[in-house]
Amino acid sequence: MDLSLKPEHQAFADEVRAFARENLSPATRAKTLSGRHYDKDDHVVWQKALGRKGWLAYTWPRKYGGPGFDVTQRFLFENVLAEEGAPRIIPFGVKMVGPVIYTFGSDEQKERFLPGIRSSEVAWCQGYSEPGAGSDLANLRTRAERDGDHYVVNGQKTWTSYAHWGDWIFCLVRTDAKAKPQEGISFLLIDMKTPGVTVRPILMLDGAHAVNDVFFDNVKVPVANRIGKENEGWTCAKFLLANERLGIAEVPASKRGVRSLWELNDDPALKEKIADVDLQVQALEMSELRALSTMALGGAPGPEVSTLKVRGSEIQQRIAELAMEAVGEYAAPYQPDLLFRETNETPVGPDHAPPAAPRYFNMRKTSIYGGSTEIQKNIVSKAILGL
Amino acid sequence: MDLSLSDEQKQLQDAAERFVRDKYAFENRRKIAATDKGWLAENWAQMAELGWLGMSFSEEDGGYGGGSIETMIVMEQFGKGLVLEPFLPTVVLGGGMIARAGSKAQKEALLAPMIEGKKQFAFAWLERQSRYNLADVSLKAEKSGSGYTLSGHKGVVYNAASADNIVVLARTAGAAREEKGLTLFLVDGKAKGLSRRDYPTQDSLRASELTFDKVSVGADAVLGKVDGAFPVVEEAVDRAIVALCAEATGCMDAINAATLEYIKTRKQFGVPIGKFQVLQHRMVDCFTNAQEARSMTLMATLKIDDEDSVVRRKAASGAKVQIGKSGKFCGQSAVQMHGGMGVTDELSVSHYFKRLTMIDLMFGNQQHHLTRYSNLAMAA
Repeated sequence: MDLSLKPEHQAFADEVRAFARENLSPATRAKTLSGRHYDKDDHVVWQKALGRKGWLAYTWPRKYGGPGFDVTQRFLFENVLAEEGAPRIIPFGVKMVGPVIYTFGSDEQKERFLPGIRSSEVAWCQGYSEPGAGSDLANLRTRAERDGDHYVVNGQKTWTSYAHWGDWIFCLVRTDAKAKPQEGISFLLIDMKTPGVTVRPILMLDGAHAVNDVFFDNVKVPVANRIGKENEGWTCAKFLLANERLGIAEVPASKRGVRSLWELNDDPALKEKIADVDLQVQALEMSELRALSTMALGGAPGPEVSTLKVRGSEIQQRIAELAMEAVGEYAAPYQPDLLFRETNETPVGPDHAPPAAPRYFNMRKTSIYGGSTEIQKNIVSKAILGL
Repeated sequence: MDLSLSDEQKQLQDAAERFVRDKYAFENRRKIAATDKGWLAENWAQMAELGWLGMSFSEEDGGYGGGSIETMIVMEQFGKGLVLEPFLPTVVLGGGMIARAGSKAQKEALLAPMIEGKKQFAFAWLERQSRYNLADVSLKAEKSGSGYTLSGHKGVVYNAASADNIVVLARTAGAAREEKGLTLFLVDGKAKGLSRRDYPTQDSLRASELTFDKVSVGADAVLGKVDGAFPVVEEAVDRAIVALCAEATGCMDAINAATLEYIKTRKQFGVPIGKFQVLQHRMVDCFTNAQEARSMTLMATLKIDDEDSVVRRKAASGAKVQIGKSGKFCGQSAVQMHGGMGVTDELSVSHYFKRLTMIDLMFGNQQHHLTRYSNLAMAA
């Protein structure tokens, strides 16, 4: 066993760092480090640069245009980019629908959709959750009725991150109303410009617009846009969820968060709490490395990745909470201009104060999205403990 | 021992409940928060008419002779409705300090009109470096003729934009963080040399940064003893803390009720999610936390008038620790159990959560008051 890096991996880390320093816009980097919100361009410009280098689809096999990184390279890639202040790669194209397409799609579908994902020319969003079907995903009601070589889609998706930026949405839709909940579901790709698709913003408690309702009103979708067989979309859904949970723990971002906490405050009581969360991050990172090491040896990540999601979200919440505690009463002023817009306005209070409370409020979502903490614990108790 | 409310107190509670029901339906509150001032003159006038602005002041000061229990009763209802009118800065802090330390002339000029609803106050103590230390004051007041000149900065001053008079904590002697050498001044909200930067807060209240550029005041602006303000401020803040605790118990009741209703109706996997044991237990913990918060608030309310200042200080800090802990638990749990809905602007739940969070940070968070409490306990 060995934790240290081989020389070729060290060289790779240096290459990634040099690339980030050359290609990441200083304005975008500053937003990451200060906790302000990104514009669409912050993401797209950066992702296109990664795409040109052949690194955007960094988890894909070479066969489908990925760089063929080994697990150590993946780990270094994510960590170095987070350290350099790069925005998280929006996962819907690269990490979610891309792998579904190259695993379950036809050759024609692969040719049609994968290049736009690899280059970040086409932005994707995810149509999974519905009102009444969040954690209980199989309860979804959006229906697609066959009409010749089209489906006619009607229904509503919700919590759709970045739907307002998206060119395409991948959706789970019900194609057989009479089947059992997990049967009779199909996996459809829908062009957001199709008539009948409407996006309505949902404002979050910090005033941010990141998620949306998406309505489908008699939307015509070619049958050619279905991935896999009709009524067998649940297979794609399950495949995708397992992929989603690893990495959702956001270890690199938490490491960066802990580093900036150490710089914030000299209050000894706060320092102890920071030390505590620092150690939690180390334990989580080590657990993630163990899962990666299993994968490097050809194994698949098991249901224990659910525990990584649970702890990862708790840690992100705790870091945000401590950052707010460090600010004290200066967390009170609400300054949306400093969170969402380009401005030369001077903050009220210390520079790090304006995003502190909004971030704390907003981070409560991490234990809810991607399968809530309660759902993840159900998975572990059933699948690992046999309860 | 009798911990029940008197008939008059019950009537007050009913009236406050009615006020919140009539004026503070959640959509109404949203509209009030979006007005210029962030509160409604008609609501303030009604509070005056109902006698709430004067209820905790002695009859000789023009009030109605009530006390801390009355304040607790209305603050709790204000918490249920997330009421925005500036009761705490005007009545509890400004009014409280004027009643405690003011001269007869000052009381007549300020307290009587405040009770009638014609004057509002703000209390400026915090500075950039202060954190939660009330004595960490560097805004300077220097003798100039028969009066003083004030120069420096004050931050997060609630209600400063609406205040007719601002009670300012200034240093007249001594070094930074020294309790001796602090003096309170009554400064006109429109005084020459005083500039303001106004902003809304996370929980939709209004506050300001204040800059004092050689603001001149007369000798009659001194409130209480020169160099001797600290005990007055500390006591007023302790009273404000207890009032905030009462507000927080109201917030917790409301957020718990909303969550309970939600988990009884929201279905997943074919059943209401309240059928799941993990949520049942969490809901029970919310209920327990709110009980503890109510108990500690009541304890502090009953001890805040104690002649022994150690008893008073320990009670205020003890209750504030509990409110911080319980408020965080109830707030975070409500959001979690509401799922994604809990983090939207649309639902009242996120707004209660934000208020509870800000209450924890006001006048010292859990950690600060745990330290203060343990220091007091060890010294006793």
